[in-house]
Amino acid sequence: MTSILSVRALSKQYASGHKALGSIDLDVREGEIFALLGPNGAGKTTLISIICGIVNASSGSVTVAGHDIVSGYRAARATTGLVPQELHTDAFERVIDTVRFSRGLFGKPRNDALIEKILRDLSLWDKRSARIQELSGGMKRRVMIAKALSHEPRLLFLDEPTAGVDVELRRDMWDVVRGLRDSGVTIILTTHYIEEAEEMADRVGVIRNGDLILVEEKTALMRKLGRKTLRIALSEPLAAVPAELAPWVVTLIDEGHGLEYIFDTHSEETGISQLLGRLAALGIGYKDLNTQESSLEDIFVSLVHAPRGEAA
Amino acid sequence: MSAFNLHAIGAIYKFELHRFARTLLTGLFVPAITTSLYFIVFGSAIGSRMTEVNGVPYGAFIVPGLIMLSMFTESIFNASFGIYMPKWSGTIYELLSAPVSPLETVIGYVGAAATKSMIIGLVIFATAHLFVAVPIAHPVAMIGFMALIAVSFCLFGFILGIWAKSFEQLQVIPMLVIMPMTFLGGAFYSIDMLPPAWRTVTLFNPIVYLISGFRWTFFGHGDVSIAVSMACVAGMLILCLGVIFWMFRTGYRLKS
Repeated sequence: MTSILSVRALSKQYASGHKALGSIDLDVREGEIFALLGPNGAGKTTLISIICGIVNASSGSVTVAGHDIVSGYRAARATTGLVPQELHTDAFERVIDTVRFSRGLFGKPRNDALIEKILRDLSLWDKRSARIQELSGGMKRRVMIAKALSHEPRLLFLDEPTAGVDVELRRDMWDVVRGLRDSGVTIILTTHYIEEAEEMADRVGVIRNGDLILVEEKTALMRKLGRKTLRIALSEPLAAVPAELAPWVVTLIDEGHGLEYIFDTHSEETGISQLLGRLAALGIGYKDLNTQESSLEDIFVSLVHAPRGEAA
Repeated sequence: MSAFNLHAIGAIYKFELHRFARTLLTGLFVPAITTSLYFIVFGSAIGSRMTEVNGVPYGAFIVPGLIMLSMFTESIFNASFGIYMPKWSGTIYELLSAPVSPLETVIGYVGAAATKSMIIGLVIFATAHLFVAVPIAHPVAMIGFMALIAVSFCLFGFILGIWAKSFEQLQVIPMLVIMPMTFLGGAFYSIDMLPPAWRTVTLFNPIVYLISGFRWTFFGHGDVSIAVSMACVAGMLILCLGVIFWMFRTGYRLKS
């Protein structure tokens, strides 16, 4: 698959001296949904802002669909759509006018049929003549997506698309994003809702303190870094972990009513059967077992809290 | 896509005119009423007791100055507001991320603001005509001069809008600098009426040359020669274009 976005050794230091981006290298494939994860202030928005031309890079280069964002800014920007995090709208404009304006601004001739389709797809058609100030927050977010799609971009940035959006609307938004991907648009979204990345992304990048510390297929990431937890509910409570169980590093939970064992799902030997065998040999009875897979969230927390260099 | 983004210029131009249309009532009636008030006070009440200025009845004499006064302030207000509002509301992100060159941006915003200034100038002229007969010695030059003034001051307003960090800063220059300079720049009198010392001081005010040049297009003579006036307008135009070019090149107060 070809790259629609290539970022090379990109860095940014603001005039205040704050170093927002270290040295970023990233390739995004055409047609995928790429989720950029990271805590607030990690540099996600700065990275997007540089690619879209809102912030100047300190060094490094970016190409969008093969066009350099500085020397070939017209072609690069015409290919790109941006939905920023903040709800920036022209309060007094009508919905349909503001979407038409965006299309013109991006150099495309008027196309009412297309604008109608975009507005219908985003459930905005009934609101087309409403002034933007009359809309709810979720509707305003849709208007911003409609504006970003008005010039038929091949690459769409969604910066925290569901921040401050209620659960139901978030599901709607995910459907919208999947629909866009199905129509061939490459989507890069930033989020700090892990659930969102887990639900939608094909690949995940984790950014921390201005460095991209990991880029991985989501499923591979979960497999690679996935840990499972085995919980054993004991028939009789234990006062302490018997010395014979030391090789498995088990911990006592539920005030002695259970044992917890964390194991690596992709290691050769998980040690479960040996552990259960040892329990039987020691005469420790149990009434229930359950295992749980760690979520992307657990992985993420362990990554962003790991000291620099140890992550991944 | 074409090398020149005409669709973007059209989109910005239409957006801005649409914004003006929303405030049409205040936008056009206010200058018309203000002009009428000036005529009632200066033209009729006081003007009737005044002698002619350089052979022109006082009522007619003040018309070019009145048009200039409104066009200066309206141009600056409209153009500065046009670019300041997206900065303030955050919608500037879209302009910055669009395939639009600085030149196209300026043509769209300044073109729209200058169009509005021209309309206001012509409304004032038409209103003045209801009160006095105003001869125009050089009609083509008059329209051309108006257009140059509109563009120059809209460029200046555009710079102000990019520079301003608050609504207050937006108002300071037109209200505290341009307005007094216009009143003291011979909008309502010929600088020949001043004592020689003050006349010399007044010649340091660039507005004098603009009003004088505009008055020349009406009556065939001004306080200073038309060539000097034209040089003054051209100088302002070039200076503003230079500053705007620098602002876009460095991203001054637009990009971090």
